[in-house]
Amino acid sequence: MSDRRRRFETQALPHLDAAYNLAKWLARPPLDADDIVQDAMLRAYRAFDSFRGDNVKPWLLSIVRNCFLTAAGQTRHTRNVPLPADGEMDSDDPALVVDAPDPEAAAIRAEEGRRLADVVAKLPQEFREVLVLREMEDLSYREIAQITGSPIGTVMSRLARARGMLKEKWQSDVEGAGHVLQ
Amino acid sequence: MSCSEALRVQEYFDGELDAGAAADVERHLETCAECAALLKDLELTRAGLRESGPYYRASDTLRARIADILDDESGERPARRPANVGKGFLWGALSGGGATALAAAFAALLFLPAAPNLAVDDLTNAHLRSMMSDHLIDVVSSDRHTVKPWFAGHTDVSPPAVDFAKDGYTLIGGRADYVDGHRAAVVVYRHGKHIINVFAWIAGDEHLPAEALRNGYHLVFWKSGNIAYCAVSDTGLDEIATLTHLIQNAGAPVSRE
Repeated sequence: MSDRRRRFETQALPHLDAAYNLAKWLARPPLDADDIVQDAMLRAYRAFDSFRGDNVKPWLLSIVRNCFLTAAGQTRHTRNVPLPADGEMDSDDPALVVDAPDPEAAAIRAEEGRRLADVVAKLPQEFREVLVLREMEDLSYREIAQITGSPIGTVMSRLARARGMLKEKWQSDVEGAGHVLQ
Repeated sequence: MSCSEALRVQEYFDGELDAGAAADVERHLETCAECAALLKDLELTRAGLRESGPYYRASDTLRARIADILDDESGERPARRPANVGKGFLWGALSGGGATALAAAFAALLFLPAAPNLAVDDLTNAHLRSMMSDHLIDVVSSDRHTVKPWFAGHTDVSPPAVDFAKDGYTLIGGRADYVDGHRAAVVVYRHGKHIINVFAWIAGDEHLPAEALRNGYHLVFWKSGNIAYCAVSDTGLDEIATLTHLIQNAGAPVSRE
């Protein structure tokens, strides 16, 4: 096995789930997260010898994001991709992981997860991506800035807006469904 | 409408402030009801996203496609990749289809000889099992006073189970598991959307590597006294190393009350 291949396997491939999760949250039909990630991993591999940093994850995720933007541009619907209708997120996707120990709690979480997914999926891309990177991948402001190519101040204000919108929409959805947010 | 300190509160919540600035925000939170409510909202949305929000993982099909692309790209054509085979074996055993049973039989042949260290495979499989079945946690708790005593009755060792939520590693429970014939204690942490299993068992004279990589999962080993430890996760090596340092530095349980 070549040295580059070995380094790529140990340093980049462990972040494959993070790459896929980001692509899945960014891509909307007709874009396919599998194609975006595949394209991104190939580009990352070709560029890996010239990668000089010591933090592969943000670098890899920025490539995923670029591949998404390229693919979105090619569909000529960059800014007008239809939003998924209510309940249209593919929550039956086997890749969708809900980790709960007992079936009843799992069902409640799955339901909650579907609602959250709907709300997040409807946020504009620049807000959706900072939420995913901060809350799901636990990346720092600096790393998110690197991935999205925006200043740290912009990351902070987008994150604040995104969280505000999420809280507002989630709460109104929950109340609409007859529940009360604790 | 919004307090001018709102963004500082968010920075505080995200762990982006140094100790001095964090103390300033904490003082502000005592007197500003608006910011205190904001902090609560931030905690609620984070808990919702991390505990209920879907996290999409790459399928085995996609992993295989990428492996093929890398083979083409680097001009390598291994007969069959153990990384995919290992997973296929488990999936096959779980789904039980005819084709997968055949793949599983094939996989078993290739998987075993490829294993230089039984403990590494044992631990990786135990980790995979815990993620795929509903047997991730036996005792659900973020309280070490619950988890540690539980181990005493169910496993051979009773390792420290300290919550590091402040550092991003939340203790979510404990489990009994078997590693290399030992009744191992497993302390389960959540880091972002990733699960980290920390196995502990009575160390024999087996040689353990400092770290290993199997099927895209990192394993980090260390020993403390007569107990062997291994942290396993699909999160990055750096993230696991941070947790292992926290655990090692916690050492003898320190009372935090």
